[in-house]
Amino acid sequence: MAVEVRIPTILRTYTGGEKAVSGDGATLSELIENLESNHPGLKERLVEDGDLRRFVNVYVNDEDVRFTGGLQTSVSDGDQVVVLPAVAGGAGKPAEL
Amino acid sequence: MLRIDQATYDAIVAHAKRDHPVEACGVVAGPEGSDRPTRFIPMVNAAGSPTYYEFDSMDLLRLYKEMWANGEEPVVIYHSHTATEAYPSRTDIARAEEPTAHYVLVSTADTFSGGPGNSDGPVTFRSYRIIDGAVTEEPVSVVPGDPATEPHSNPASTTDRSQP
Repeated sequence: MAVEVRIPTILRTYTGGEKAVSGDGATLSELIENLESNHPGLKERLVEDGDLRRFVNVYVNDEDVRFTGGLQTSVSDGDQVVVLPAVAGGAGKPAEL
Repeated sequence: MLRIDQATYDAIVAHAKRDHPVEACGVVAGPEGSDRPTRFIPMVNAAGSPTYYEFDSMDLLRLYKEMWANGEEPVVIYHSHTATEAYPSRTDIARAEEPTAHYVLVSTADTFSGGPGNSDGPVTFRSYRIIDGAVTEEPVSVVPGDPATEPHSNPASTTDRSQP
């Protein structure tokens, strides 16, 4: 069983510079746990308080997991997982500047 | 320093003016490791807000898959501030997660100040590196031409448009 996970540039410090790593698990949550065992620190960058971080996008076979069950999304052998940080920003409300 | 061709520079400014007062956003992709912004890709601001921008998550995936297929990376990530200066906000700094990108900020705060229908006021165009929360402004060098015809302009012919 192996799932390929595409790692964004900013998180490649955890994968020894690798653009993609493989892992195992029946759900995204299990997959992340498995990745964490080989790439310590990665989980903290993806998960916060038991949920996917707001500004991290994860896709399983081109579907945003926010619409397919979040961390409980099923994954299986041969699936393609992509992790991308959100591209966001902006001036903010005047009081926050 | 950000080196960018005139056509791409103009396209970014035009996008910012067109979307004002909503923040405009987009990417200029280029060959991985080249530091050359060659392919202008305006994006939809899914937030549709005058104070916030975010790429739609499916647009984001399509964008990156296209860049990976082409051997590209985001060389420039740009957005506009429509009521404030072209300097990264706290949100901009917190969300900057492409360590190799030039973060371009365009301000249209004074662009429409000349009265009704007037869009000829100044547009400020500034570029920054944002790494681990540290902001470093860099000069912007606008080179003549467009990336398809002049991928390597002669440095002697560059026009420095850096902002103080």
